[in-house]
Amino acid sequence: MGDAEIIPIGTGGRPGRGTGSARPSKASRTLAGGARPAARRTPAPAAEPEARTGRPAATTHDRAPMAGITPGEWLAAFQTGAVQVFGDDWERQLARLLAFLRRRLTGEYDVDEYGFDQEVAEKLLLASLRPIAERWFRIEARGVENLPTDGGALVVSNHSGTLPVDGLMTMFTIHEHTGRFLRPLGADLVFRMPLVSSLARKGGATLACNEDAERMLASGELVGVWPEGFKGIGKPFTERYKLQRFGRGGFVAAALRTGVPIVPLSVVGAEEIYPLVGNVPSLARLLGIPYVPITPLFPWLGPLGLVPLPSKWLMEFGEPIRTDEYDAGSADDPMLVFNVTDQVRETIQQSLYSLLMQRTSVWH
Amino acid sequence: MDADTKVVLVTGVSRDLGRRFARRLADEPGVARVVGVDAVPPRGDIGDVSFVRADIRNPVIAKVIAKEDVDTVVHMSVIATPGSAGGRGTMKELNVIGTMQLLAACQKSRSIRHLVVKSTSTVYGASSRDPAMFTEDMQPRRQPSSGYAKDVAEIEGYVRGFARRRPDVRVTTLRLANVLGPHVTSPITSYFRLPVIPTVLGFDPRLQFVHETDLMRVLTHCVHTDVPGTFNVAGDGVMLLSQAVRRLRKPTVPLVRPAVGGVAAVLKSARMADFSPEQLGFLTFGRGIDTSRMRAELGFEPVLTTEQAFADFASSTGRSASPVERVLDGLSSTLPGRATSGAGRG
Repeated sequence: MGDAEIIPIGTGGRPGRGTGSARPSKASRTLAGGARPAARRTPAPAAEPEARTGRPAATTHDRAPMAGITPGEWLAAFQTGAVQVFGDDWERQLARLLAFLRRRLTGEYDVDEYGFDQEVAEKLLLASLRPIAERWFRIEARGVENLPTDGGALVVSNHSGTLPVDGLMTMFTIHEHTGRFLRPLGADLVFRMPLVSSLARKGGATLACNEDAERMLASGELVGVWPEGFKGIGKPFTERYKLQRFGRGGFVAAALRTGVPIVPLSVVGAEEIYPLVGNVPSLARLLGIPYVPITPLFPWLGPLGLVPLPSKWLMEFGEPIRTDEYDAGSADDPMLVFNVTDQVRETIQQSLYSLLMQRTSVWH
Repeated sequence: MDADTKVVLVTGVSRDLGRRFARRLADEPGVARVVGVDAVPPRGDIGDVSFVRADIRNPVIAKVIAKEDVDTVVHMSVIATPGSAGGRGTMKELNVIGTMQLLAACQKSRSIRHLVVKSTSTVYGASSRDPAMFTEDMQPRRQPSSGYAKDVAEIEGYVRGFARRRPDVRVTTLRLANVLGPHVTSPITSYFRLPVIPTVLGFDPRLQFVHETDLMRVLTHCVHTDVPGTFNVAGDGVMLLSQAVRRLRKPTVPLVRPAVGGVAAVLKSARMADFSPEQLGFLTFGRGIDTSRMRAELGFEPVLTTEQAFADFASSTGRSASPVERVLDGLSSTLPGRATSGAGRG
C-alpha cells in the first residue's frame, strides 16, 4: 500500500496552483472541503498500471511467513526443542506426556470409592505444595520412622492456622518421607463448599465420620484426623499451642475397632501463619461458616493478606500408641475411649511444649 | 420349591425393563408361568408371558394373585419420574398406593412365598454429610421431604411392615444404583444424552452404575434364591461425573448451584431431561453404596463394573473423538522414536 504513488491530475477547477506536487497545500485542502474523497478516488486507477508493470502481483502463497521452511526443518527444530525440554530421553518422555494428556482428556483413569484421584493428588496438589513446604515454611520433620510403612494407621494432629494449611503440609510431608498418601478426614463444611469439595475428594479426603474412618482404616489406609476441628483452627492467636477439646473421641473408637496404631503428630509453626486477632461472628453466621478471620494482614491488604507469614515449621511424629491390645468390645467402653483420647492429647501437648522450648525464633 | 412350579407375578411390565425381565424369566428353568401385570399393555413382544391388564392401585390385583395361584411377586412398577404417568400426583399414587394394594393382596394370599421389591439407592439421599459408602443398615442423613425419594422411603416402610406381618414370606429388597444400558430411559440416561451436559460448578459427584443385564440377572437370581433381606446392588468401582462426561466426549456447562434449578425447569419443559430435587442433590454430592452384603449373603456378582456399564452406555450414544484428542493421537503416532523405544524396552 505504502509505495503506491499518488499522481494528481490537475486541480479539477478547485483552488490551488496545480503545481503537480503530491499534496495540495494546506490552505487549498481546507478550501476544498467535502470534495476531497472524490479527489482521492481518481488517482487510484492511475497507480494500478504502474504496479502491474513494476513487479508481479503478490499472492498469499508467497507471503506466507512459513513458506520457506520445509517440514524436515520443522521436525528438526521440534526435536531440538524437545531435547532441550525433556533431555535425551525426550521421545519416551513426550510419549508419556501425550498419553497422560490423552488419559486426562478422555477420562480413562481410575478413582477409588472415596473419589481419590492419585494423578491429581500427586502431580497437581502435592507438586504445587512442594515450594511452599520447602522454601516458605522450611518444614523440618522428625520421627518419620514412627509412621508405619504399610497397613492402617491413624495420624492425630493438633490443628491451627486459621486456614487448614497444616493439613496440606502434613499430607505433603508424609508423602515426601514415606511415599504414602495421607487420607484426611474433613468436616462436612469442606464437602459443602464448591471447588473445595471436589478438590478435597480428589486429594484423598473424606468426611470425618465413624463409618468412613473405620472403612478407610480397615482397608489399610493412613488416615489423618484433626480432632480439635474448628475450635483449634479458629482459636485466637493469644491461645496458640493450647490444645482445645478433642471432640468426642470418635477417632479413638475408630482406631480401637480396627486395631490400628495411633500416631500423635505435633505441628509447630502453623499457629503463626495467619495470626487470628479478631472474628466477625455475625458475618460468619450469615455466610454459614464457623468464623470470619481478621489477621494483621487480612482483610486490610485484600488478597495480599492471604499470603501466609513465613514461619519455620517443625513436625514431630510421636511414638505410635497401640490399640490392638484392647479387646473387641473396648470401643464401646466410653471410659476407655476417654482415657485413650486424653493420653493422645497429653502426648501431643507435651511434645508441642518441648518443640516450642527448642525453637529459638518463629521465623528460622 | 420343586422344579418348574414357580408362578411369578411381575408388576410394571408396560415399561421396557419390566417387559424384558418378564420375558427373560418366562424362559428360565424352574419357572412354570409368568404373569405380567400393568395398567397399560406393554408395547413390545412379551413372548410366553401372560399379560393381565390390571391396575395395582385397586383390589383387582388380589383376584389375579388368587386366580393364577401366584407364589412369587416381583414388584418393579415403582417409577422415578412423573413424565410417563402424567403428573406428580399420579406418580405418587402409582408408587405408594399401588404398592400398598399389592402388599395388601399379598398379605391375603395363602400362596405367596416370596416377594422381590426393586427399590433404589435414592433412599439414602445425597448430602454433604453422607459417608462415602452407604451400607444397608445406614439411614439417610436427611429424611426426604418430597418426590421419588420419599415415595421409595414410604414403599420400603410398607414392605418392612409386610415382612413383619407375614414372616413366612421371604422378602428381598434390592436397592439398585442407577441402571444404565443402551435401551434404558431414565432420568440419568436422558441427562447423559443431552448434547451439552450441565453440571454443578465446583462439585464432582461420585457415581455408581449397574448395567441393565445385571439388573435382569440379579432379579432372576432373587427369584431362585431364598435369601431374605435388603441388599445394595451396584457394579464395582466408582466414577466421577467429570470422568463420565469426558468419556462421553461431551462438553459441559458448569452452573452455580442456584442457577441449576432454572436450567432444570427449562429442560423439563422442553422434555429433554427431568431434574427432580433428589437428582440435583445426587449430581451435586454423589453417592456410593457398599455392595459387600450383596456378595457375601445374596451370593450375587455383577458381570459388569461401573466403568464397563458406562462404557456400554457411552458406545450407544454415538460419541466421536474430540479434535484435541485427534491431535494428541496424531502427535503420538508420528513420534519418531515410539516404535524403536518400545522395541528397545521389550
